[in-house]
Amino acid sequence: MLRTEEMILNVGPQHPSTHGVLRLLVTLDGEVIKEATPVIGYLHRGTEKLAEDLNYTQIIPYTDRLDYLSAMTNNYALVHAVESMMELEIPERAEYLRVITMELNRIASHLVWMGTFLLDVGAMSPFLFAFRDREQILDLLNELCGARITFNYMRVGGVKWDAPEGWLRKVKDFVAYMRKKMKEYHRLITGNEIFVQRTKGVGRYDQERAIQYSLSGANLRVTGVKWDLRKDQPYSIYDRFEFDIPTGKTGDLYEKYICRMQEIVESLKIVDQAIEQFPEKGPIMGKVPRVLRVPEGEIYAGIESPRGELGCHIVSKGKDKPWRLKFRRPSFYNLQILPTLLKGENISNLVVILGGIDIVLGEVDG
Amino acid sequence: MTEERKDQSSAESGSKTSPIKKARPVARRPRAKKEEKPLPPSPKQSILDNYVQMITKKVHEDALEESYINRAGEHIPTLVVKNEHWFEVASFLKTGLHFVYIQNYSGVDYQTHMEVVCHLYSFIRKERIAIRVKADREQPTFPSLTSLYPAANWNEREMYDLLGFHFEGHPNLTRIFMPDDWEGHPLRKDYEPLDKEV
Repeated sequence: MLRTEEMILNVGPQHPSTHGVLRLLVTLDGEVIKEATPVIGYLHRGTEKLAEDLNYTQIIPYTDRLDYLSAMTNNYALVHAVESMMELEIPERAEYLRVITMELNRIASHLVWMGTFLLDVGAMSPFLFAFRDREQILDLLNELCGARITFNYMRVGGVKWDAPEGWLRKVKDFVAYMRKKMKEYHRLITGNEIFVQRTKGVGRYDQERAIQYSLSGANLRVTGVKWDLRKDQPYSIYDRFEFDIPTGKTGDLYEKYICRMQEIVESLKIVDQAIEQFPEKGPIMGKVPRVLRVPEGEIYAGIESPRGELGCHIVSKGKDKPWRLKFRRPSFYNLQILPTLLKGENISNLVVILGGIDIVLGEVDG
Repeated sequence: MTEERKDQSSAESGSKTSPIKKARPVARRPRAKKEEKPLPPSPKQSILDNYVQMITKKVHEDALEESYINRAGEHIPTLVVKNEHWFEVASFLKTGLHFVYIQNYSGVDYQTHMEVVCHLYSFIRKERIAIRVKADREQPTFPSLTSLYPAANWNEREMYDLLGFHFEGHPNLTRIFMPDDWEGHPLRKDYEPLDKEV
């Protein structure tokens, strides 16, 4: 008689495939997952608590460290909420610089996802290609604001640095370069038999479940919901650009990959149009009082980060510091669906399904 | 430490009065205008009235404490719900009015009372709504929304962990970020860290 009993397996927090310090307690019956419980908080730095003692400009560098793969959108989430509350006018040139940097950052973030996701599947080389191209974006952003990851670029009322001479042409060259490389990626990955077998039909969920768990970003769009804050609640100058929102149907991992790859193409379109429309002259900072006092009240403003809806909830009492600052962090919401996705799955799919969600632990833990 | 900072800032503002005075009118101007004449009715007012009417009719006569339009940023209809009717109102909003998606769910310590704010979105109506509920500061207890919105689960644990809110009916109300043996709830305004130097 064969003796079988359940086994508890601990994954992480120091594990290369958990994309950071995520810990999973997995109960196994043979190779089938009975239950998976995420344990988070290993990277909790208390950003919201720290923010209560800082003025609004001082909080910006802290936002860089939440979702460290796309610091530009994080910067903007905070700055956007403060600006809408103060009803400030932003100069055109600053708006365009913001859009270009945010979209470049979105491409960089998706490239990291694509590379690491393929590592999870078992393919080594796409990771190297993805990082080669991401490096180009980091170099461009480095030239603009002097940092590769933690940009600290946006300010309430504008941006910190103007584009250096010839920078826009370099961005334009990059767009052309990246378009060529997209074909290379598709040739390398998209039709690959092993990749397709490994991802098609894996980690599926339907629209209803996605909405129940308040998923956002590509995680929601793969189920067919056309929900992108850049289109549905337009902020900044996104209403001036033409772009599509890629959606899927089945919600499996293969569609997530296709969806994110298409989003890179759409971002390239936006960057291209933004460079065309870029105003030649003008200030990059609006007229902003020296001490930023946000009028008394409350606001929730969300933007579309590469991972989904990134929002900022500010309660102000009219001081130069927020009374309460809360970030709606998309990874935190998206990760919640993981236990239900893993139930009944084979253990070999654990890492792939986790990778498909695209979490950044800095953002999950806040 | 805080006193020192205050002194510094007042000294600075004392020595550089002129640039601050120049800068101020820019921010104050729109506000001053608003005070002069009454605000024009918000375009969302009729939508809000509709919600209020439906809730008082279908949920409970005095389920709502207050309703107003939050004019900061986009105009968002906001309902202040009574604590005992919180779950029913949320349930009606979800099933009756299709507010199925949680945009934001956070707790605030106002020092006079505790509050939970929930921003919902309806894909069918393409509308946003905010609902707020208050509770006593000493024993902040709220009905849990986890059975309605699975997405609320971790958020409520987060609020329990950082603000000490208690959610009745939550399946697993434990700390989520801080260690299990942590004392106190850091985001409360009266929180005193164990080691003040850190």
